[in-house]
Amino acid sequence: MNRLLKGPARAIGALIAGFLIFAGLLTASPASAADADPSTFAYTIAGTLQQDDTPITGVTIIASKDAEKFETKSDEFGEWTIMVPTDGIWKVELDTTTIPKEFNLANKDGAVNEADLSQTDFAAVLFKFGTDVVVKQSFTDQLLVRVFAGFNFGLMLAIAAIGITLIYGTTGLNNFAHGEMVTLGAMMMWLFYSFFQWNILVAGLVAVAAVTAFGWAQDAGIWKPLRKRRLGLNQMMIVSIGFGIVARYLILLFFAGDTKDISGAATVIQLGPIFTSDVTLVSMVISVLALLGVAYFLTRTRIGKATRAVSDNSSLAASTGIDVERIIRIVWVVAAALTGLAGVLYGLQFQGNWSMGYDILLLLFAAVTLGGLGAPLGAAVGALIIGMVVEVSTLFMPSELKYVSALLILIVILVVRPQGVLGKKQRIG
Amino acid sequence: MANDISVGKAEPGCKKIDPILVADNVTRQFGGLTAVDVKHVEIPRGKITALIGPNGAGKTTFFNLLTGFDKPNTGTWTYEGKDLAGMPSYKVARLGMIRTFQLTKALSLLTVIDNMRLGAQGQAGEGFFKAFIRPLWSANEKRITAKADELLTRFKLDAKREDYAAALSGGQRKLLEMARALMSDPKLVMLDEPMAGVNPALTQSLLEHIKDLKNNGTTVLFVEHDMHMVRNISDWVIVMAEGKIVAEGPPSQVMKDQAVIDAYLGAHADTDLGTVAINKIKVGK
Amino acid sequence: MDIIQILSLALNELVAPMTVGYILCAIGLAVHFGFTGLLNFGQAAFAALGAYGYGYAVLVFGWDLWGAILFGLICAMAFAALLGIPTLRLRADYLAIVTIAASQALRFTVGSSTAAPITGGSAGQSQFGESFYALNPFPEGEYNLGTVTLTNLELWMRVVAWGLVAIAALFVFALTRSPWGRVLKGIREDEDAVRALGKNVFAYKLQALVIGGSIAAFGGMVFVMSSQANEPTNWGTNFTFITWTILLLGGAATILGPIVGGMVFFALLTLIESFLEILVNAGLLPFLLIEQVAQIRFLLVGLILMLLVIFRPQGFFGNKKEMQFNG
Ligand SMILES: Nc1ncnc2c1ncn2[C@@H]1O[C@H](COP(=O)(O)OP(=O)(O)OP(=O)(O)O)[C@@H](O)[C@H]1O
Ligand SMILES: [Mg+2]
Repeated sequence: MNRLLKGPARAIGALIAGFLIFAGLLTASPASAADADPSTFAYTIAGTLQQDDTPITGVTIIASKDAEKFETKSDEFGEWTIMVPTDGIWKVELDTTTIPKEFNLANKDGAVNEADLSQTDFAAVLFKFGTDVVVKQSFTDQLLVRVFAGFNFGLMLAIAAIGITLIYGTTGLNNFAHGEMVTLGAMMMWLFYSFFQWNILVAGLVAVAAVTAFGWAQDAGIWKPLRKRRLGLNQMMIVSIGFGIVARYLILLFFAGDTKDISGAATVIQLGPIFTSDVTLVSMVISVLALLGVAYFLTRTRIGKATRAVSDNSSLAASTGIDVERIIRIVWVVAAALTGLAGVLYGLQFQGNWSMGYDILLLLFAAVTLGGLGAPLGAAVGALIIGMVVEVSTLFMPSELKYVSALLILIVILVVRPQGVLGKKQRIG
Repeated sequence: MANDISVGKAEPGCKKIDPILVADNVTRQFGGLTAVDVKHVEIPRGKITALIGPNGAGKTTFFNLLTGFDKPNTGTWTYEGKDLAGMPSYKVARLGMIRTFQLTKALSLLTVIDNMRLGAQGQAGEGFFKAFIRPLWSANEKRITAKADELLTRFKLDAKREDYAAALSGGQRKLLEMARALMSDPKLVMLDEPMAGVNPALTQSLLEHIKDLKNNGTTVLFVEHDMHMVRNISDWVIVMAEGKIVAEGPPSQVMKDQAVIDAYLGAHADTDLGTVAINKIKVGK
Repeated sequence: MDIIQILSLALNELVAPMTVGYILCAIGLAVHFGFTGLLNFGQAAFAALGAYGYGYAVLVFGWDLWGAILFGLICAMAFAALLGIPTLRLRADYLAIVTIAASQALRFTVGSSTAAPITGGSAGQSQFGESFYALNPFPEGEYNLGTVTLTNLELWMRVVAWGLVAIAALFVFALTRSPWGRVLKGIREDEDAVRALGKNVFAYKLQALVIGGSIAAFGGMVFVMSSQANEPTNWGTNFTFITWTILLLGGAATILGPIVGGMVFFALLTLIESFLEILVNAGLLPFLLIEQVAQIRFLLVGLILMLLVIFRPQGFFGNKKEMQFNG
């Protein structure tokens, strides 16, 4: 056996040969799912059917995936549960012929839904009955509401986007693992604030500190050694994709896949047509202060000026005596702190889950691209625009497509003005 | 002074008896800096012309503009009477105007011989559909391989034939790039500092090769800082400084030109440039 | 589950249609990245368009197999052209961002209820394989291949899938040995140098994008055909990342790389998952829940991707020097 372990290729060869021998000995027939006892299944889909608080009884609900199908009926409380054997996305639908006449679905496509069991073992599925309550608002009011929401969202994107752009500016890395710092910020906030019930300020500070430490460790443990090895930038980008996946799924393993309620008690505040909360208003103020702080840091402090010099031309900066590696380390720490803060604020307002940061990663890239990669204050402006576009676009198109508009902007910008927006065109010759 | 290349007196922008390339009002700005500002220049056909000038004079940028690798702010130029302004670089190359780069562009992870084969033009096998039908291109492949081998021998690269270009030394890459440019039998070769970093012993044989090119009717335009080489092989010298053409003429005459000496050494020098090792004042290479 | 079952499961994964779907996409990506140097991070979109185009032609137009395949192919090619014409002039890393953004935008759109009349929305498409399975030449019954038992339809699916892999591999092999392939490799190394030699670099890049995308479209069709279910969630960025991992595992600038890379990757994942499950069931890994084992899969994808790029960018088969990244 020792002999086999000499080279990886041999080991793999041996492994494959091993399969062939073992597998040749049998004809496996995995137990068909339909024969098994559903109550032993590991995954659960459940929900309650009701219209205006009246339970709907006796409706057939069918969960299906691939060739497998399981069904149940809603009970006297309108509740139903289906156990299924495997993970993945299950299609859940109501047999509309079994819905009693006095009840009606809120919209005609509403009988089909899906349960995402790819990351968890339980999924709740909601079917809407009755008339959809649409509060009629005047267009200007709606616009005001959206602009406010866009501004708020844009501010949060801005502090995370500045992190991306600082790192890109000083190291040339398109960091695809940036979203995970947002997620980590929110998850830490959940841990300290919602779970340990610490004071909100203390929890927030500790959460940001944790992400900051993560950023520092990331640079020291991965990026600095890779820079030392002179790994190409495209290669580094792929490494960051891999690292992002690892970080994302580690977060999932530790924090599970459910949505974390981080908000705590927020007081609703009405500003004209806009309903908002004290948490939102305070977080907007914090975002603005953070942005002003960054602007001050970059333009007024010695280290900030050195950072800009490194972004401009790192070899020139090095030759004027700037310690480029030190600047990069500081940039990672600052970027991680800002991004962690974005995660904390995002989580406080919109809850959080394991993939929240990844979900907005491309929006961050869009913001950074719009403002000019490597130009921190441009990124902030870009983020505000992207946030606004995402929110305001919902007035004109289905809200499920709101990220699509931002992605299209990203594509158009890159196509139309890649070097103009992103910096200098490369030299030829 | 009379000569057999220009129509009248040799002066910046003078007319040539038989020009292959004519450029007018070509300018290129980078931000506030005007890198190229050429009022009028003509390149004589079938001759070896040297383009010289201090670092940052705009020589490479001018090459880039002429070959379609960069877009000028203003200007037109014709090659063999054809208007080239706005033409994409690959079309320029197909017309027989082939350039090399100052910062060598050897295709690192292709073998030396594949680098050479890539230089040949009009290959049927480079079309997508014909690529599948080997008989359509195998004969041509043999022909260009033979030609490539001949050039490699001439450039002393035959021993490296099967190596990746990445494994070549800096000077060898320069040679490879030049040899590759010759694969297509260009009418006009534009060499950007072909001898920089090449062993002096080899330089001599390459100079002979460049002269051979001329004898076969190829026009050569090259950028060079080595004044010995310029004096040795060129029939005509064009001097650029700060984007403008400041002098033109046969080498012996230009080397004595006060404007040229000023451009290179500042206003106080009075030496004949041919005796100065210009390499010593090159910076940042 | 005993060890023999695990091994047979892993062996089954080696040849499963899903594995083949990924392998085809990885072969397409080899054309993009391995031979031309295009950083395409939207391979999922090409596969999705193949699958959706096929499904749409069958379910809505009522076309037969060949027409539907052609339609799926045309959808992917049109997407390649639409994406390529404006973006192939961009620097390599911008292309990566554009392609990943385009593929995400496509996924959000096809999965939306707005697009449901065309794409089936979040539920996707199903039961579109009748004309494909109708061509099945194998008589009904169970086929014992020594390691697994398949129905005649499952056997048919696998035969066709692997036939496609063979064709795609030969196709790419022929191309890369031709002067055409030489130009692609030249572009991968330095597109300006190739331009200076009179080659229309843009046209070559576009051809490469379209060809690699077409192979991925077949991958997408194979991917959804065995279950006859095409859901938008299949085509997230994880699909693309797995394809990249497979490609880099085998060797980006090789023909056999994507094939062996895909087989080894899925067999390895199944083995690891199964062993983890055993350990968890035996109570040896108290910190891990049984349903979390599936999440380890992606963790491994990320880890393998990182380590490969850092330590062995040439993969199993690549020549140490042949594959490095420029930039
Ligand atoms: N892409 C660019 N962006 C900004 N400035 C540029 C660019 N390319 C060239 N320049 C500037 O234009 C001027 C001319 O440069 P060019 O490379 O043409 O000089 P050169 O004559 O080839 O010099 P050398 O002999 O050192 O090669 C220089 O001042 C250079 O800094
Ligand atoms: Mg130059």
